[in-house]
Amino acid sequence: MELLAFGKTGWGDELFIATLMTIAVSITALLIGFIFALIFTPLKLSKNKFLNLIANCYTTVIRGVPELLVIYLFFFGGSGAVMFVASIFGYNDYIEINAFITGSFAIGIISGAYSTEVFRGAIQSIDKGQFEASKVLGLKKPIHFIKVIMPQMLRLAIPNLSNVWQITLKDTSLISVTGLVEIMRQSYIAAGSTRDPLFFYSFAAILYLLLTFLSMKLINQLEIKYSKGY
Amino acid sequence: MDLDLMITSFPKLLNATLITLKLLSVSLVLGLFLGLFFAILRLNKNPFINKFAYGYSYIFRGTPLLVQIFIIYFGLGQIESLRSSFLWVALKEPYWCAIIAFALNTGAYTSEILRSAFQTIKPGFIEAGKSLGIQSKIIFYKIQVPIAIRQSLPAYGNEIILMLKGTSLASTVTLMDLTGVAKYIISTTFKPVEVFIVAGGIYLFITFIIHNIIKYLERKYSY
Repeated sequence: MELLAFGKTGWGDELFIATLMTIAVSITALLIGFIFALIFTPLKLSKNKFLNLIANCYTTVIRGVPELLVIYLFFFGGSGAVMFVASIFGYNDYIEINAFITGSFAIGIISGAYSTEVFRGAIQSIDKGQFEASKVLGLKKPIHFIKVIMPQMLRLAIPNLSNVWQITLKDTSLISVTGLVEIMRQSYIAAGSTRDPLFFYSFAAILYLLLTFLSMKLINQLEIKYSKGY
Repeated sequence: MDLDLMITSFPKLLNATLITLKLLSVSLVLGLFLGLFFAILRLNKNPFINKFAYGYSYIFRGTPLLVQIFIIYFGLGQIESLRSSFLWVALKEPYWCAIIAFALNTGAYTSEILRSAFQTIKPGFIEAGKSLGIQSKIIFYKIQVPIAIRQSLPAYGNEIILMLKGTSLASTVTLMDLTGVAKYIISTTFKPVEVFIVAGGIYLFITFIIHNIIKYLERKYSY
């Protein structure tokens, strides 16, 4: 227990901050994933074959390639890509992107592929009558989407999105290879300096279990909230 | 685009693919046995036994695979009694540590897949077997298991692909699998995109083959 003390003698405060970091990265990544999903879901559902192909490529590639490989691509290629874009605008200095941004972007793109599939499934399982009814009522497209489709889609998507959240949360452990100090990295550091890897990695496992457990509780609440009236 | 690098790194990556496939197949076979074993425990009526099986699958599904590998590879070596036991022969090798972690992880997911497959079998099948006077053991092996396997094929196919991606974590414990070699080439040449295309292509190709095998099996065993 001494090892977990707060302050200079123990690793308690470091691990606490690392846990917050894990939560922050997971949420950022999930939101970035939602943005990707909002772009790619319409492409997936569109009747245009070419747009379809683009969206299918995205989801297939991301779901078929290991997360670690994607993270390495971003870690080693990220600043290169940004510098390339910057050089077009005439900025030629070295740019370093911080590990938080690279990490959450890499995980975000991965989680976006899963979210896309979830949203696609949810929209497809909405009753056709709903689309027809809002057409008959003459609703404009954006209002139709926000007021009619979105609420129903969310209700159907929440159970599967909770899976996506769990996957995203667990994937953030992989960002530790880029040096971002989240739970895994902090445990690695602590294990190295105290020579007690068993304790610290087990503690990390408990932290992850706690996070998944608590988030499941929260998501269940959401599920109840959104299925009111059904 | 550096085509030369892509061409020269292809054989190296292909060589590393062998290790990836070896890790995948050994851990899948072990995981299948573990999964079947724990699925049967889950269906047991004794609350102790089925809570135990539930705990196993909850822990392994709730924590990242990376933590599991690190506990087994870095952590278990700390236990004195383990180091002097015969298990140490396996636990000192990163290869076997990775396989143990993968097998335990995929076993947890497989047990959930099989459990739900067993639970969705229509009671009519079992009743039919009973009314024909078949022993309950034979009902289990000849009726329930084949139906459960068919039921769980689509989900298990997904699990195989997830496991294929999971094997990439072996590179964190010094194994030179496909991702390990890819990372090595990236960090020596600083050409991430080219290497990503080749290594990712190999992964996608394996995924494609697995996907088609599962599809074929699904069609073959559909009723």
